[in-house]
Amino acid sequence: MSAAVAERMRWRPTVAGRRRSGRLFLLLCYAATALGILALVVLLADTLIKGAPGLSWQFLTSYPSRFAERSGLLAALVGTFYVAVIVVAVAFPIGIASAVWLEEYVSPGPLRRILETNIGNLAGVPSIIYGMLGLAVFVRALSLQRSLLAGGLTIAILVLPIVIINAQEALRAVPSGLRHASFALGATRWETIRHHVLPAALPGILTGTILALSRAIGEAAPIILISSIAFIAFLPDSLLDSFTILPIQIFIWVSKPQAAFHAIAASAIIVLLVMLLTMNAVAIVLRDRARRGVGW
Amino acid sequence: MTTTSAQASLGGARRPPRPARSLARRRATERVVNTVLLAAAAVSVLTTFGIVLVLVFETFEFFRVVPFFDFVLGTEWAPLFEPKHFGVLPLVGGTLLVAGIAGLIAMPLGLVIAIYLAEYAGVRTRSIVKPFLEVLAGIPTVVFGYFALTFVTPNLLQPLIPGTDVFNAAAAGIVVGLMVLPLVATISEDAMAAVPRSLREGAFALGATDLEVAVRVVVPAALSGIAASFILAISRAIGETMAVAIAAGSTPVLTLDPTRSIQTMTGYIAQVSLGDTPQQSLEFRTIFAVGMTLFVMTLALNVVSQLFVRRFRNVYQ
Amino acid sequence: MVSAMRAPEPVAERVSDPAKLERVFELRGLSAWYGAAQALRNITFDIPKNRVTAIIGPSGCGKSTLIRCLDRMNDLIPGFRAEGHVTYHDEDIYGPAADPVLLRRHIGMVFQKPNPFPKSVFDNVAFGPRINGYTGNMHEVVEGSLRRAVLWDEVKDKLGASGLALSGGQQQRLCIARALAVEPDVLLMDEPCSALDPIATYRIEELITDLARDYSIVIVTHNMQQASRVSDLTAFLLAGEERTGELVEFGPTRDLFTRPADERTEAYITGRFG
Repeated sequence: MSAAVAERMRWRPTVAGRRRSGRLFLLLCYAATALGILALVVLLADTLIKGAPGLSWQFLTSYPSRFAERSGLLAALVGTFYVAVIVVAVAFPIGIASAVWLEEYVSPGPLRRILETNIGNLAGVPSIIYGMLGLAVFVRALSLQRSLLAGGLTIAILVLPIVIINAQEALRAVPSGLRHASFALGATRWETIRHHVLPAALPGILTGTILALSRAIGEAAPIILISSIAFIAFLPDSLLDSFTILPIQIFIWVSKPQAAFHAIAASAIIVLLVMLLTMNAVAIVLRDRARRGVGW
Repeated sequence: MTTTSAQASLGGARRPPRPARSLARRRATERVVNTVLLAAAAVSVLTTFGIVLVLVFETFEFFRVVPFFDFVLGTEWAPLFEPKHFGVLPLVGGTLLVAGIAGLIAMPLGLVIAIYLAEYAGVRTRSIVKPFLEVLAGIPTVVFGYFALTFVTPNLLQPLIPGTDVFNAAAAGIVVGLMVLPLVATISEDAMAAVPRSLREGAFALGATDLEVAVRVVVPAALSGIAASFILAISRAIGETMAVAIAAGSTPVLTLDPTRSIQTMTGYIAQVSLGDTPQQSLEFRTIFAVGMTLFVMTLALNVVSQLFVRRFRNVYQ
Repeated sequence: MVSAMRAPEPVAERVSDPAKLERVFELRGLSAWYGAAQALRNITFDIPKNRVTAIIGPSGCGKSTLIRCLDRMNDLIPGFRAEGHVTYHDEDIYGPAADPVLLRRHIGMVFQKPNPFPKSVFDNVAFGPRINGYTGNMHEVVEGSLRRAVLWDEVKDKLGASGLALSGGQQQRLCIARALAVEPDVLLMDEPCSALDPIATYRIEELITDLARDYSIVIVTHNMQQASRVSDLTAFLLAGEERTGELVEFGPTRDLFTRPADERTEAYITGRFG
């Protein structure tokens, strides 16, 4: 009996209180998660409500104008398309080749660590600084002026680290047994990669590159330094023409004081988000298919 | 059918194999491929050199005119108007104010969401919450800027705090916080998921509740990973451009009042780039000096974040 | 605080008829499932107070599942389900009024692999008392528990060092000290020596024999020599084709090892399978 009393004195039986804090914390968890989801829902709903009325075929096929109701996205859509093409043509091959070299040719050690740290740091450099690089190198040094090519190359350099990191991950997911089997048959390193490793890693690489491309399409900050931001009421004839892109067009319209321009900015955001969500959905489908296919 | 093919291959094996391509040619291909791949990998290194060289060169030119200490210690920033002042502190202060507000939103919210996902949520809840985070992470920053200017300020801040400026640090900070929230949640959750289950079992076996296991065992064990996510989020917030260029304003003042219009480093760079300042002028060079400051700050944070990640990996492989 | 090393009483004197001993756990028709897979079928036996009860059997026979049913650790595994009754001091631990948190506070557990928290030695031991609202002198508890686990002399000068910095055997004794710090009356040990070298194993076994005076100990082991060295009673589990564990035999360890009642037990202890 006295032992039981002593026990009660030294151990405060607080399980009920502890359980209560546990329930409170779970409520906090729900609240935090709901808040995050709510913010996204409000953002999307607000944009949809304000922007949906402005969506029309005419909006997609008109040039920008001094009047909000006559403005359209044509130049921005075409510009975004061309920039995406340049990114695909430049960043993807270079990025995938870099990843192959890092994963398959460089043995783990100081060199690889330095190169990977470098790529990691590049991925963390603020995007506007890539704009400064593009301005100094492409616009000025290479005399590309404020052209589509300069903009596309700048964005390509910007997403390059992301492409490399994603492609490396996809390559790492290929079981090494596949490589050993190929080497054992007398294949050279490149033959092994081309015939076995790359095909196996392809879905993963595609997923990663699509995600990188969607990042590229939404990026505006570096283009502020590259594009001339002026009225672009024409389509680029060549890679050396001036250009505008979707997020920049949105930025211009949001920056105007008139509410009418804010409304068409919302319409443009809907177009941009639909593009990005479609791309992400494709990436996710590919990723799931790749995961299912992994069962060697 | 199978028999014949087996015989054929056996027959083939008996004869000396005739290589389709000579070994010498295959070796040459190998060398060419190696060179091409090496060149591709060199692009990243060149990019780094390019960034550093451009920033250093232009900043050097800038400091030939403006004394270094006037820049880093000056509390007035007015490079475009007479009398000119080149004190970067108002821009740094504006940047830190926005990043601080973003951190106040993203860190606690992200950490709690991460704990929820890692320790409480079932497979079904995760399969609902995770895509939301992915979508949030994929929204372009210009969209967040639009949201801050046309929704957060007029519908949340101005009714709540009358007298809030149309452009203000709070709205920008809030949307940047939302923007980096998935980063904090995802990296912290990964860190907690990497904490071995045996530690949780050890704590449960001592009579710990779910909350005690999460907060007193899992979070401390994942602390360096969580710290890395926090630092990375702050670094992202500091480097964010579009949302602050749209919503934070262009008034370089040193203030802690989040309802005022301020200007961040990135906002200033955007403002000058959009204007018609001649490119070879001192005024234009200021953006490289500011860019250098931005680069150094974010790089330092990223390196610290990587150190935390490495420490975390060392503990749990 | 150091307990004098008394020579353990011969097993035969301590255990003659298990039915006469005071009981801590009573298992009645316990069955367990992970999802659709049944891991245990209809287990019935009693675990006595202040004795060492060993659970042996080949791998996959449900030993770990069984011991984890005693402190409801299996609740943490999604899809786990138990039927039948397990009583702890006459209370049904799977009953509607049972609280696993309260239960585990009285039942210490030591795991296969040492799992010290990534905290200091001191904080590892103090963790349990802290969360359970201990109001006494924390230093006393920590020192007492470490002495009880025969670790004090090795760590008294580095209480602030990380628990992960200790050797494997020391880590396991730290985990035992951690479990003792909340003053449990049962100690569950799930293959506590499987990750240790022979010398560390010997020290833990010595410790188990010593602790058996004050605690009811249940130990899962795949090592039959260990069971015969440390335990008073032994339960032998075996799983058939469908990997569902059943109790083959339970009785005083000496009887089970010298004159097993079931031929499957004999086959197992003489090394003919498993």
